[in-house]
Amino acid sequence: MANQPRVKLPKSAKAGEMIQVKTLASHDMETGNRKGKDGTPIPRLILNKFSCTLDGNEIFSADMHPAVSANPYITFYIKAEKSGSYVFNWTDDNGEVTTVSQDMAVS
Amino acid sequence: MNMKTITAFAAILGASVTLIAQNAVSAEANPYGKNVRTGYSYATPETRAMQDDDFSNPGMPLVDTAAKMWNEPAGEAKKSCADCHGAVDDPKGGKLGIPMRGVGAKYPAYDEATKKPINLELRIMKCQTENQKAEAFKYESKPLVGMTGLVAMQSRGMPRLSTADNPNDKLHAAWKAGEEFYYQRRGQLDMACKHCHEDNHGNIIRAELLSQGQTNGFPTYRLKWQGMGSLHKRLGGCNKEIRAEPYKSGSDEYVNLETYLAWRGRGLVMEGPSVRK
Repeated sequence: MANQPRVKLPKSAKAGEMIQVKTLASHDMETGNRKGKDGTPIPRLILNKFSCTLDGNEIFSADMHPAVSANPYITFYIKAEKSGSYVFNWTDDNGEVTTVSQDMAVS
Repeated sequence: MNMKTITAFAAILGASVTLIAQNAVSAEANPYGKNVRTGYSYATPETRAMQDDDFSNPGMPLVDTAAKMWNEPAGEAKKSCADCHGAVDDPKGGKLGIPMRGVGAKYPAYDEATKKPINLELRIMKCQTENQKAEAFKYESKPLVGMTGLVAMQSRGMPRLSTADNPNDKLHAAWKAGEEFYYQRRGQLDMACKHCHEDNHGNIIRAELLSQGQTNGFPTYRLKWQGMGSLHKRLGGCNKEIRAEPYKSGSDEYVNLETYLAWRGRGLVMEGPSVRK
């Protein structure tokens, strides 16, 4: 992705607290249905998978299809249990993976 | 007091009143007066929510990238924006003392070198070629719209300023040309900007709610574009919708119109980068 995705995850949380994680990717999500000015089809190129791992274990994932709009906004809830390193991955049709990591301390 | 004194007194009073009138901005001249409304007020609650939360504004990742670019040296001069302007939100404006705060609210500005108005996009491109000795971004490219968004963001919350309706203002000629454009019918549908944005704002055309066509939110993430775009992109779209040949982004016609539109939105709070339908 040309622009880094945004991730909103608090830097610290209390144990047992429900946290809303927000992510925003910057991607055209070309469906493959559109045609260019000269009539030739614009090839499909979308982000087809999003996943979030905590210390290497996958805690959330989503498969995306061409119906998802450009610049996908994905939000989910997690329960803060222990401090750890969260890794967010976006994979596109070409297999290219964009990664953002952020830590959260749980007290 | 004799007649002579009264006459002399009246002459001085008259002169100072004229002077004040020349420097003042006439409130009645703005067609909306107190009822000037930002595009935000015409948007649905969902669209407004996207703009209110900076995180969910889908144009922001482009602004993030621009914020990184701000600090990166570029061009043959190997200068970064920060080298001259300091941090983008530095109130002192770095080495040259030119802060970004307020710039968006004052533009288009008068460019002494070309004796024409210049808008934010063109000013950024000018800085790139003249000061950084780099190749400028293309007008509607993502990096430029991101950088314009970054600069526009620094004027958030400030009211739009314009005195271009004043005949003594350097931008008056451009303002006049913009005013003529605004009221000129064009295209297959033979419509002028005023038909939607002055005569029918608040009304619905087919399925669209018409706004006043203000520019305080630009550059904007337009849901229709699924991307962030400049004012000139929208002006071109407007012209295409009435089946008129659009002018090029950065053209004199659109910069003059932009100068005029800024005046029509005087007092509106700057919102860039905004989210619109």
